[in-house]
Amino acid sequence: MTEWLFDGVLVSLLLALATACVFTRSLFNSITLYIAFGLLLTITWARLGAADLALAEAAIGAGITGALLLSAYAQSSFVKEQHQKRQTHWLAFAFLLLILIWLFQAIWPLADLTSSLTELSQQSLNNSGVDHPTTAVLLNYRAWDTLLELGVLLLAFLGARQLAIRPYKLPTSWPLLTAWSRILAPIIVVVGSYILWRGTSGPGGAFQAGALLAAGAILLSLTEVLPPLRWRSLWLRCVVLLGISLFILVAILTAWLGNAWLEYPLDYNSLLIFSIEVAATLSIAITLTWLVVGDRES
Amino acid sequence: MTAIQLYLCLGVSLWGLGSLGLFLATNFIRRIININIAGNGVFMVMVALASREETIDPVLQALVVTGLVVAVCATAFALRLSVAHTQSKQDSER
Repeated sequence: MTEWLFDGVLVSLLLALATACVFTRSLFNSITLYIAFGLLLTITWARLGAADLALAEAAIGAGITGALLLSAYAQSSFVKEQHQKRQTHWLAFAFLLLILIWLFQAIWPLADLTSSLTELSQQSLNNSGVDHPTTAVLLNYRAWDTLLELGVLLLAFLGARQLAIRPYKLPTSWPLLTAWSRILAPIIVVVGSYILWRGTSGPGGAFQAGALLAAGAILLSLTEVLPPLRWRSLWLRCVVLLGISLFILVAILTAWLGNAWLEYPLDYNSLLIFSIEVAATLSIAITLTWLVVGDRES
Repeated sequence: MTAIQLYLCLGVSLWGLGSLGLFLATNFIRRIININIAGNGVFMVMVALASREETIDPVLQALVVTGLVVAVCATAFALRLSVAHTQSKQDSER
């Protein structure tokens, strides 16, 4: 009964926030509502038993996406805000309704089926080098996905770097915020490292830790405690490329000396996975930080 | 109706809401927010399917973790592209 109450409240809150976010008139309100929506999604992932996702969503979905949206809003505030036309596009509405009915019909029977992958992933967990099934999937069974994902991150970074936008000046930050972020920063580093280390045996891992570290760096960068990130500096380039280059190196070595691409040797798999995770965490943290605060004026 | 079916329906509804918003919106930030809402609906379906059994399906969960990072990268790139576009349009109007 209490579970139903909780589910009901959560589902109706999510629906209400999403509807308000889509239909509200002011753009700023829409962004704020989206951030609140992201926070509620975090609770939903935790409710559905996906602790890894809840950690990632809290840092990425609610935190970094919100910061990105707000900074884009600030940079394009000269665009006169056009109020959404109130005229309803009946055609779009009817077309979507048809698709939705078809989707509901397609999805309904899926709830009773089961997946055979769960058992398979549990069976080979002992040989995977880690104790947590999600981390094993991410860095061992489907390491290709993670390698390509780091590639996507690098592509987004390079693409964003090519687009020149006017550097903007930050307002001087509130002294209390500066003081607090100085206290918060070491705590974020400790928590981020703990989540990274914990990823081998429980919920956590490279993406969650990277996003958390990025959030800390963004906070420090906004209060101007950290110097601005410059692409010219060599260490920045090295750290951005570190994750994917180490991963590719391991892939080539395993193909050359071992059996197949990214099939780790059994004796070294924990060590290899952990070093890839550390490198990926640093790359993800720096790349995400640059994507949010990359072009502020020094 | 079980809890899983409830969340499956929520996922599909969120996808619908996001797509409807995408049709109606004219501002670029709004469009990007709406794509994100629709994407979160897809993630919701995948996570609900992952927790159908007692032991959670790690493959689907890992796919969503990957998806989250790809989504934030795409959002960052799209926002930057749009900001650069509006700024260059403003410059050419001067």
